[in-house]
Amino acid sequence: MSDQTNEEEAPGPAPPELLHGSPVTWSVGQKVVHPDRGSYLGLVEALKAEGFNVCIDLCAVDYLAQPGRSLPDGVAPERFEVVVNVLSHGRRERLRVRVQVPEADPVVASLFALHPGCEAMEREAFDLFGIRFQDHPDLTRILMPEDWEGHPLRKDYATGRVPVQFKAAPASR
Amino acid sequence: MTAPTSGMAGTSEGAQELHARNETDPLELLREEGAVLRLPEGTVVDPGDMSVEIAENETMIINMGPQHPSTHGVLRLMLELDGETVVRSKPVVGYLHTGMEKTQEELMYIQGSTNVTRMDYLANFHNETVFSVAVETLLEVDVPERATWIRMLFMELNRVSSHLLFMATNGMDIGAISMMLYGWRERELVLAFFERTTGLRMNCNYIRPGGVAVDLPEGWREQILAMCEAILPRLDEYDTLLTGQPIFQERTQGVGVITAEAAIALGATGPVLRSTGVAWDLRRDMPYMYYDQLDFDVVVGRYGDAFDRYAIRLNEIRESIRLIRQIVDLVPAGDYRVQDKKVTPPPRGRIDESMEALIHHFKLFTEGFKVPAGETYVAVESPRGELGGYLVSDGSAKPYRFHMRDPSFVNLQTLPVMLRGGFVADAVAIISSVDPVMGGVDR
Repeated sequence: MSDQTNEEEAPGPAPPELLHGSPVTWSVGQKVVHPDRGSYLGLVEALKAEGFNVCIDLCAVDYLAQPGRSLPDGVAPERFEVVVNVLSHGRRERLRVRVQVPEADPVVASLFALHPGCEAMEREAFDLFGIRFQDHPDLTRILMPEDWEGHPLRKDYATGRVPVQFKAAPASR
Repeated sequence: MTAPTSGMAGTSEGAQELHARNETDPLELLREEGAVLRLPEGTVVDPGDMSVEIAENETMIINMGPQHPSTHGVLRLMLELDGETVVRSKPVVGYLHTGMEKTQEELMYIQGSTNVTRMDYLANFHNETVFSVAVETLLEVDVPERATWIRMLFMELNRVSSHLLFMATNGMDIGAISMMLYGWRERELVLAFFERTTGLRMNCNYIRPGGVAVDLPEGWREQILAMCEAILPRLDEYDTLLTGQPIFQERTQGVGVITAEAAIALGATGPVLRSTGVAWDLRRDMPYMYYDQLDFDVVVGRYGDAFDRYAIRLNEIRESIRLIRQIVDLVPAGDYRVQDKKVTPPPRGRIDESMEALIHHFKLFTEGFKVPAGETYVAVESPRGELGGYLVSDGSAKPYRFHMRDPSFVNLQTLPVMLRGGFVADAVAIISSVDPVMGGVDR
């Protein structure tokens, strides 16, 4: 009985919550927005205008080993994800932005023009994941040496692959 | 990508370095000159309002670090100098990078805090708390009240020890060598208490998912209060030694100035941000744990210079001691770790008498515990600013990804702004005033 009344009150699934046209999900009480690559820069700009004045963190995740993760409808999972945490001093609120970045073309717009503080963090994501940020002024490696091959935090980059040269043990007298 | 040739064989980082003006991207050039804020559309940019077209052969690019005592570890700063004035600068980091975020993916949750505690090694309890709280959030485990209060107690003690070390190194960098000795001496009092409780002075691995490793030792209240009694009058001695001293004031006041807008745009947090007059402290503005039950002030500067950052840290020690004295009275009796058998190993005594406890202990330490799939971001106010942890779990016993948002890493970006137009000698005072910890920067 009660089931039927519930169905009558809510016909069909509730429309997904949207923020500037991008679907919103909640992850253990934290608000997450999932824009596509095209609307990513515009979304962060709109958020900045809304009061999210600090880009507190930017990092990347390689979902190679976890393709079936839960994402809202309409968001196609890709191998990489760029995760941006913005903070509003005025509203005392945090918001997370997750952008899907495909493996074949790992390029995403740089937030440098909006939040200059992303400079080092985007370089870190480039260095460790190989994601390129368009219009970044100085996209070079930051943590790894310049001549390093590969991007270590990718899931297909095995640990312990660097050959270590051991010196021969001194002969015992 | 071809790396421009560099004359310094062996230390060359190629494209990461500061390059001659004609080889640098114009936007990057502006950044290195300390231009932070993009001007609104239509405004004509004066190319370098301070350094009007400096001829190429009149400036010199020099290295400061990575092996310079004033660079706090292995920070390398490349400076373009016009005479003795810094025109352009760029921090080059990565010399301490050991891939700790990659290591974290190889370690079970139960082992994870051993690794994170070594990231920002002067704020180890903050690191451990961020990781533990992130894991507990995904596990949906409620930590006992006593454990949370103990965590807060140790985080505040950690803030005291970290700022005391700043007092020491800041004094040393500016030439107040006696300050260095005093700072280390007082810090040792705090570290001795860490050792008494956790067995280690640094990298304690004390705060773990589910609570803390061991309960507080016998007589901890008296020991902590005695420590506060010992440290407080010595802070007044620091005031006499440094705060009011004309030489120290000359070296720090008006040096390394940054505006509030620039600090916010660069994502700076902690004393660097508060020195500009922005009263932003996560403990008060986005309270976590039980900070909303405590009475304390957020110390804010005004001019955004090296002296303000020094004064903020000195007074934050006082505020932390004020907090510690309140926390000591508020720590309730009870469990120091959650009594959830999934997360917590059985007590040592039980292992000797119960086969089940032995099996449980063995299973927990060989297989670890599984954390439900999900992702979360947890932030605390560390001595250097917002320390955040982004944890992604795929439902296994190891984190799928754990990213640490380290305040030193982001705060380093303020250096080109602060250094611009100052002297090389001021650079030492400025680097010191940001208080970067390279273990956290490079992770």
